[in-house]
Amino acid sequence: MMHKWLRWCGVMMCWMCFAAPAIAQTRQLPQAQLKSGLAFAGADVRALQADEFGNPAQLWLARGAQRWREPQGAGGQSCQSCHGDAQQSMRGAATRYPSVDVKTGQLLNLEDRILQCRSQQQKGPELLRESDDLLALSLHVSRASHGMPLRVDISGPAQPHWQQGQRQFFERQGQLNLSCAQCHDQNHGRRLYTDALSQGQPNGYPVYRLEWQGVGSLERRLRSCFVGVRAEPLAWGALESRQLSLYLMWRGEGLPLEVPAVRK
Amino acid sequence: MGNARLLLPESMAPGDVVKARLLVEHPMHTGYLQDLQGRLVARNVILLLTCDYGGREVFRVEPSSGIAGNPLFEFFFRVQNPGELRVRWVDDRGLAGELLHPVTVQVPAGPSAGA
Repeated sequence: MMHKWLRWCGVMMCWMCFAAPAIAQTRQLPQAQLKSGLAFAGADVRALQADEFGNPAQLWLARGAQRWREPQGAGGQSCQSCHGDAQQSMRGAATRYPSVDVKTGQLLNLEDRILQCRSQQQKGPELLRESDDLLALSLHVSRASHGMPLRVDISGPAQPHWQQGQRQFFERQGQLNLSCAQCHDQNHGRRLYTDALSQGQPNGYPVYRLEWQGVGSLERRLRSCFVGVRAEPLAWGALESRQLSLYLMWRGEGLPLEVPAVRK
Repeated sequence: MGNARLLLPESMAPGDVVKARLLVEHPMHTGYLQDLQGRLVARNVILLLTCDYGGREVFRVEPSSGIAGNPLFEFFFRVQNPGELRVRWVDDRGLAGELLHPVTVQVPAGPSAGA
């Protein structure tokens, strides 16, 4: 009896050790102070994003709407055959990724999920990562969540991923020996040479970046950050990149999704 | 490639000078940048873009490499008869694009012809 009780105590202690810090997730950036990257952008970039015709991401949105309706593969199924109108069926979906796939237990971002659906359900020709077609579809799906607050699930199987993401966010990296937090938590709003430091919020992805002259994913943006601090960029498709994205999405919880967004 | 959008005012009367906005999908590679694998991307820019309306050229531009990717052009022209705007462009690779856009002109509701 005593033995059993001790074991129960042990389990409880373990539970408290591991679960307690996760429950007391402290936010370095209070939610009331969250600011979209748009707030740090110049007037011309803000004007381009607000311009419903001139926003260049409209070209990708038009392409995405087209790809959504196109039958693919032997079954001749389009995304629309199963999911109907994306603006209805995909409402809020983009605010919940990255999330853990129930079947495989893998942490997937929105692009991964589209690729998975494409290969396993639709059985169409494979879309290339970071291709315009994949980004267009991702943008089309994200459009259905425009204005909705970010809200990822970090409980259960997602929790260790969130912890890894958090660890990465606070870890110094690269030749400049900087962590994400040092710029984006502690010094946002200040200037790095001529650039205003943003909070590094993920609420506008996939984004049209003037530097890229095209649309790119959050994964591509994170790789750019790694290059920025002269660290080795994460490989395409790396789990670490999804974990960091999950942490960023949690960190920006409540910010409205901006699609289609334009950044410098 | 070859995708473009054109915007005209919702209502136009004969004789009006109207603004056309034209957004063309094109990477406008300058030849100095690298792709995601670090390979230099060969120069590929729009060499010439023209816009015809009613059998006449109303807009012509040679954008070259100083213009950003997915360029947005704005120009003015005088509408007369209903017809269509025909935009054509060609780039360094010899790829040509074309966009046809209808021009609908409202007949003014003036005094009737019988009067």
